Amino acid sequence: MVSGPSRGVRARRLPTAVKIVIAGGFGVGKTTMVGTVSETRPLRTEELLTDQSIGVDDIAGVERKSTTTVAMDFGRITMRDEYVLYLFGTPGQERFWFMWDEVALGALGAVVLADTRRLSDCFPSVDYFERRGTPFVVAVNCFEGAQRYDLQEIQMALNLGPKVPVMLCDARRVESCKKVLIDLVLHAMKFRGLTEEPAEPQKA
Amino acid sequence: MMPPEDPSPDLWPETPPLPPAPEPDTHERWLDDQAGPMVRPYVMTSGRIEPTRGKFDLITLVVAAGPEPDTVIGLGPEHLALIRLCQNVISVAELTGHLNLPVATVRVLLGDLLDKGFVSMQEPEPEADMHDIRLYKAVIDGLRAL
Repeated sequence: MVSGPSRGVRARRLPTAVKIVIAGGFGVGKTTMVGTVSETRPLRTEELLTDQSIGVDDIAGVERKSTTTVAMDFGRITMRDEYVLYLFGTPGQERFWFMWDEVALGALGAVVLADTRRLSDCFPSVDYFERRGTPFVVAVNCFEGAQRYDLQEIQMALNLGPKVPVMLCDARRVESCKKVLIDLVLHAMKFRGLTEEPAEPQKA
Repeated sequence: MMPPEDPSPDLWPETPPLPPAPEPDTHERWLDDQAGPMVRPYVMTSGRIEPTRGKFDLITLVVAAGPEPDTVIGLGPEHLALIRLCQNVISVAELTGHLNLPVATVRVLLGDLLDKGFVSMQEPEPEADMHDIRLYKAVIDGLRAL
């Protein structure tokens, strides 16, 4: 038995981490948004494309079990006191969907980024969070040259319930991303039946 | 004392049954071009795929529980790299990003460190417990301060 280093000398209260998921189709600006608000350069985490329930001695699965990975970009915002917020961009490719359950598990909420030129790309994300019961907002990333639509039209096109907030944003601008995230947190509170002092009216 | 044995009618002892021949793997598949890089993530974990202790969610926070050890028997270079990174509070996701290792590998290695008392950790709130209004207020304040 190795005599351990003096334990507990630096016993500190660890903060609690919370996460927000940034979802949407491929190339819609998920990583851009993560990078815009993250306090550090976005990092990339890799998960294996495996079925982890396969036993170690099940040789049949080995070649598939240890072969390839899927990457997710994420960033961090340190909150004062005891919280740290992590933003995770979901993998955009449909074939990696099974990863989402892990990313979405325990999420405070989700931002579904949409591009009006390819609005249907965000259907699967909307569908996923609706079914999972994760509170989410839809943020339309305003790409240059994309036709502007009325938010109500987008709400109808996505067949969203009236309670799902839809807003415009620019994933490259901090202020814009901040507003989207704050609106999401307020929405998540309402969604979970928590009430704050009346929030200032949010104007798009 | 050896009991008297009946003379065996067989001159030769029975041959042990041959082990069944390994079946040729007819299902070997190669990955297509769109797959990520090929990795051997379980070499560093001695073939283990699950940590001995702890679940280690992506946002589980970890911190070193003692001074940085010199070489310790049973710890590999990846373990030591993890302890170095854990000198400040850090998430599992960040550890995987800094070490450029898959999450599954880092989980197993962290389980070893937890087992040996080199790190302590804080699991995130489960979704069901997300009814603490202080959490929401802290996040809103933090975002406003950006």
